[in-house]
Amino acid sequence: MSNFKDNDMQAVIGWILRIGVLLSMSVIFIGGVIYLYRHGHIPADYHTFKGVPDFVTTAPALINGIFTLRGRAIIQAGIVLLIATPIIRVVFSAVGFVLEKDYLYTGITLLVLFIILASMLSGHAG
Amino acid sequence: MMSVIVFTLIIFIGSYFAGLLGSLTGLGGGFVIIPLLTLVLHVDIHYAIGASLVSVIATSSGSAAAYVREGITNIRLGMFLEIATTTGAMVGALVAVYIPTNFIAVLFGVILITSAIMSLRKKAEQINQEKNELAEKLKLNSSYPTASGTVAYSVKNVGGGFFMMLFAGVISGLLGIGSGALKVLAMDTVMRIPFKVSTTTSNFMIGVTAAASAVVYLQRGYIDPGLSMPVAIGVLVGALSGSKILVHTTSSGWLRWVFAVVVTFLASQMIYNGFMGKI
Repeated sequence: MSNFKDNDMQAVIGWILRIGVLLSMSVIFIGGVIYLYRHGHIPADYHTFKGVPDFVTTAPALINGIFTLRGRAIIQAGIVLLIATPIIRVVFSAVGFVLEKDYLYTGITLLVLFIILASMLSGHAG
Repeated sequence: MMSVIVFTLIIFIGSYFAGLLGSLTGLGGGFVIIPLLTLVLHVDIHYAIGASLVSVIATSSGSAAAYVREGITNIRLGMFLEIATTTGAMVGALVAVYIPTNFIAVLFGVILITSAIMSLRKKAEQINQEKNELAEKLKLNSSYPTASGTVAYSVKNVGGGFFMMLFAGVISGLLGIGSGALKVLAMDTVMRIPFKVSTTTSNFMIGVTAAASAVVYLQRGYIDPGLSMPVAIGVLVGALSGSKILVHTTSSGWLRWVFAVVVTFLASQMIYNGFMGKI
């Protein structure tokens, strides 16, 4: 696979970003329709910060919420998918650099992934 | 109090125009969204920042998908500078919790005015071909397609650019915006990269930068699904119509001036309300 070139990487990255945005926005839209259908009439209150509902905070609760067709759980799953899209792009870039035998940039890409992971863990601790 | 459906519709329409203006001027949608949510709809600024961040990821990923195929984006340069922007974004998101909201509002206003002024600058395409040892070692020098064939360029002042990107990352993480104007400034004036390359590469980096702080905000409960849904969809659809309009118009000079006036108004409102402790 030494003939893997920058052009191939560009095509793969473009494809991942497109699919990721399309998929996550569709999920957000479907969740939004369900949410508005079920909760459209209640008053909207975002004036004071209260965090988010419990059923969208942890992975098991979120998955349970998706299967019981809770609108906001489905929206949040779409948002998680959207946030994951550029991160998945970085993962595929790392693979691309390995295929190009560019080990300097494989290292740089892995460092970026490590920083994002550190950010994820530090957010959890705080 | 408004019902959820009316509230969602208003936010969707507002976000559509924010995305449209953000894409036409190149400033991004977050600049209109955060003042709209906080000043007009009295949404808590933490929720506003979370929702804006989600819309930033959607628009930058969507447009990067198109740009990256044209071969103008410098992927290695973007990857290298993402070390700085993601580190900055993580720091910004972590310290945001300890910073008073009125200070965030004032800072937002200041960055907004700075970015608007920079977007009005005359942009002359520059090609730097001076040798730079560090840029060569990091394989940052590249070429890009133009109307008159492929043009090679070199990158200058790698350390300075890297440092500026660290700052751009902190601002992005702190305020929930793409801080594309700061990224372009770093690549344009510090690293002497051709304007087309710096805009597309900046856009390429925005998604990853925003994701690095979004993973923190997600766990802190800043990203509310009910609010983020109309913001993300509205801004993305608005940005898409913006890019369609851009293809059909040759000059957006007058539009930049209109936007500069709107931006100055919004920024002064954010600063005023921040100082008065109303945000």
